[in-house]
Amino acid sequence: MSGDTLLEVDDLRVTFPTRTGLVQAVRGVSFSLGRERLGIVGESGSGKSQTGRAIMGLTPPQAEVSARKLAFDGIDLLSISPRERRALRGNRIAMILQDPKYSLDPVMTIGRQIVETLRTHEKVSKAEARERALAMLQAVQIRDPARVFDLYPHEVSGGMGQRAMIAMMLITGPELMIADEPTSALDVTVQLDVLKILDKLVAERGMGLIFISHDLRLVSSFCDRVVVMYAGKVVEQIEASELRDAQHPYTRGLLNCMPRIGFERHPLPVLDRKPEWAA
Amino acid sequence: MSAETIQSRREWLLSDRPASRLQARLGRAYVAWRRFSANRLALVGMLIIIALVAVAALADVLAPYSATVGDLKNARLLAPSAAHWFGTDDLGRDIYSRIVYGARWTLYVVILVAIIAAPIGLLVGTVAGYAGGWTDTILMRITDIFLAFPKLVLALAFVAALGPGIENAVLAIAITSWPPYARIARAETLTVRNSDYIKAVQLMGASPFRIVLRHIMPLCISSLIIRVTLDMAGIILTAAGLGFLGLGAQPPLPEWGAMIASGRRFILDQWWVAAAPGAAILIVSLGFNLLGDGLRDALDPRSGDQ
Amino acid sequence: MSVAENQAAAGRGSARAVAILSSLGRFLVVAVTTYLGLLAVTFFIGRVIPIDPVLAVLGDRAPTAVVERTRREMGLDLPWIEQFYLYVKAALRGDFGTSVLTTNPVMSDIRRVFPATIELATLGTIIGAVIGVPLGVLAAVKRGSLIDQIARVVGLIGYSVPIFWLGLLGLVLFYAKLQWIAFPARLDVVYEYTFTPITGFYLLDAAIQGQWDVFHDAWRHIVLPAALLGYLSLAYISRMTRSFMLNELAQEYIVAARAKGLSERRIIWGHALRNAAVPMVTVIALSYANLLEGSVLTETVFSWPGIGLYITNSLQNADMNAVLGGTIAIGSVFIAINLLSDLLYRLLDPRTKAG
Ligand SMILES: Nc1ncnc2c1ncn2[C@@H]1O[C@H](COP(=O)(O)OP(=O)(O)O)[C@@H](O)[C@H]1O
Ligand SMILES: [Mg+2]
Repeated sequence: MSGDTLLEVDDLRVTFPTRTGLVQAVRGVSFSLGRERLGIVGESGSGKSQTGRAIMGLTPPQAEVSARKLAFDGIDLLSISPRERRALRGNRIAMILQDPKYSLDPVMTIGRQIVETLRTHEKVSKAEARERALAMLQAVQIRDPARVFDLYPHEVSGGMGQRAMIAMMLITGPELMIADEPTSALDVTVQLDVLKILDKLVAERGMGLIFISHDLRLVSSFCDRVVVMYAGKVVEQIEASELRDAQHPYTRGLLNCMPRIGFERHPLPVLDRKPEWAA
Repeated sequence: MSAETIQSRREWLLSDRPASRLQARLGRAYVAWRRFSANRLALVGMLIIIALVAVAALADVLAPYSATVGDLKNARLLAPSAAHWFGTDDLGRDIYSRIVYGARWTLYVVILVAIIAAPIGLLVGTVAGYAGGWTDTILMRITDIFLAFPKLVLALAFVAALGPGIENAVLAIAITSWPPYARIARAETLTVRNSDYIKAVQLMGASPFRIVLRHIMPLCISSLIIRVTLDMAGIILTAAGLGFLGLGAQPPLPEWGAMIASGRRFILDQWWVAAAPGAAILIVSLGFNLLGDGLRDALDPRSGDQ
Repeated sequence: MSVAENQAAAGRGSARAVAILSSLGRFLVVAVTTYLGLLAVTFFIGRVIPIDPVLAVLGDRAPTAVVERTRREMGLDLPWIEQFYLYVKAALRGDFGTSVLTTNPVMSDIRRVFPATIELATLGTIIGAVIGVPLGVLAAVKRGSLIDQIARVVGLIGYSVPIFWLGLLGLVLFYAKLQWIAFPARLDVVYEYTFTPITGFYLLDAAIQGQWDVFHDAWRHIVLPAALLGYLSLAYISRMTRSFMLNELAQEYIVAARAKGLSERRIIWGHALRNAAVPMVTVIALSYANLLEGSVLTETVFSWPGIGLYITNSLQNADMNAVLGGTIAIGSVFIAINLLSDLLYRLLDPRTKAG
């Protein structure tokens, strides 16, 4: 482990060629991360997911990724072979996707999907893999792991599906977890449960976490530090505790858009956008 | 025309804010055409079909010999040569000339089947979709029943009862090919049935008959055209199959399927008698398939990968 | 787990039973109406279109006594609806009348010839699936590459070629010129008399009895027609596989599988194809049904003594009972395969198991 930094991102760019020309989804994003919880916020289309996927190495093949530096635990991610990159994925770097309805394989039981991650990266017997998967299901607070193990994704609720997803991604004990809007597709009532489970596991296991969300309030209550993105760029990086004193008008705009209980505001504020922020 | 005026015309066509309905429509057509013409195989398909139409129209000019009367004495079963490009058949007829005239019969079959089957399907589908309820259930059940039938075998049985002949073959094929059109028309109808546009027309007091005829049917046309084009190859192959079995066009009509049947007897020694008409069927079917694929990709980009 | 989830789990068992029963009920309704529809159409063809159905069945050379008897047997003096009722009743008993050509009951003729068709269509479908599925998968994975283009052209030609013509050309090349295969028939004449079939599938029968010379001979006869039908089915199967695979590869669970660090091979064959396999079952079943139908033309070219050749021979001799009986036979199997594939789809897809 080289020092305290787990991930270094310097001038990351992701460019898509399209019929109408080049689309720059990510345009020079830089930040670094230790064993802490970093939030990435921004409105839809601001390049949060593409940033996360570029770190994972899951950018679509037609797109171009470049960076002055993209290093995980001192490993230069852009220069290693695809095979080495794959060995990191799901093993030392993991990712949780938005909607368990779509991100779990519909024709494979939950248990097999969890076991699959484990057996891809570690040489363990079938029986041991099953034991560890059951333990992991227990760890994400599923009461009856043996039953859920044999269920298909459509047979469980969204909250439980996302817990299974977390179990599937955490079973190898990764050091860095990227959670891309992990609760946005869930019922409000279970969002908090899932977040608590994620928070607890991240804290217990001393992982680094990149938490991607469009919800600034959620991010500020959940993360140590916040990166605010707009049109593929980082417009502000700030400690979560100091968010109230954010300088950038876009961040202030996001803050103002959040509804507060007890205040009725008319008219509803509209998010201000200025082209120069993206410049 | 200068490069500049072409440029500005293109801009007008591709405008984000069309000023008139005509401009919007032309713009859409232009975009579809650009997508279509970027697809080289689709263009090849279109050329083949244009060539088919041209050959059929100019058959009298293009064919050096009669299609039905041959030179029995001197020209039986000749191999391909400069005088007879594709050789001659057992009755001494020039195969090239027969293929040229055969283009007419191919067109005759596909056009007739299309103008019989497509309106039946359109009518059944739009009525089912617009009326809903029991009408829909019954009409669709009938459609599904027909859809579950083996088409060629059923067409065979129909022709067996009606008697062989190209008109009966057309009828039999049409009877077995309308169900997919009904399904498409119904699906399209369901998507527009509850739209504000149709509601507005209803409020103006238009009769259901008029609404279906004037407002719903036109909306189904473009997907129907794609489907019919894609089906053309199948129609040609079925018609040729019937001809091959002696149930379609009767001698001496120069129909391609029947020509293969008559060449079958000499296939081991004079293979060209059967080879050329089969190649003609293959090329024309391929043309329709390429054209249909291209049209579908251009007009309905979502299904481009399907 | 929440209370609601527990209750849902408890109720799931009985809910599933109800769902299965109701989908089975729907299945039966569809099966029965479709079969009645088929009989209605053949009834229409046999009884309504001809001016004199008796002459259509017997031909115009039958003695008057026979004509009169048949007229009574067919119930032609009864109202339409009653005639149809009798027709359906007879058909359900497997009574399609007597063939003028063979003088046998049509049903016994069909029983005799059907195995040959099944053998041909089965082999064709196996060839089509074994080559078509991998080809479609590769075309989807390497989209736009050379193999994708090749798959596309191969498929398009398969959609466009008249099979009977390809069969004739195949005979010229492989039988007459290269002499790789045997002449059009099911077996050489020598074996026709010495070989006793058990199941009616000659390849299987020869293998069971250990008569490898017969097996080899049967193979030399079946290989070309089966390969041709296989090509038709390959064209369809590869195209549909490609389309299903492209659809699956664009799903989020594929991204998740990559995030897990799985190899591409495992993602493609273990996840994407497993999901595509569910609709593929329907496609393969449909292609099998289409080959049964396609056998009409193929059997004619290769003198293959199956149901297709039976129908075309009967057609040539205006033997209406045999033609319609054969049509009903192919139609019934066709419908059954269609419906069963639908049912199989429901069974295979865990998502539709519950309803
Ligand atoms: N496959 C793609 N092709 C072209 N552009 C893309 C593609 N995927 C994403 N983009 C572009 O990248 C931008 C950022 O997308 P994303 O990272 O998903 O945003 P976020 O997650 O912040 O909502 C989008 O505006 C979109 O235009
Ligand atoms: Mg996103």
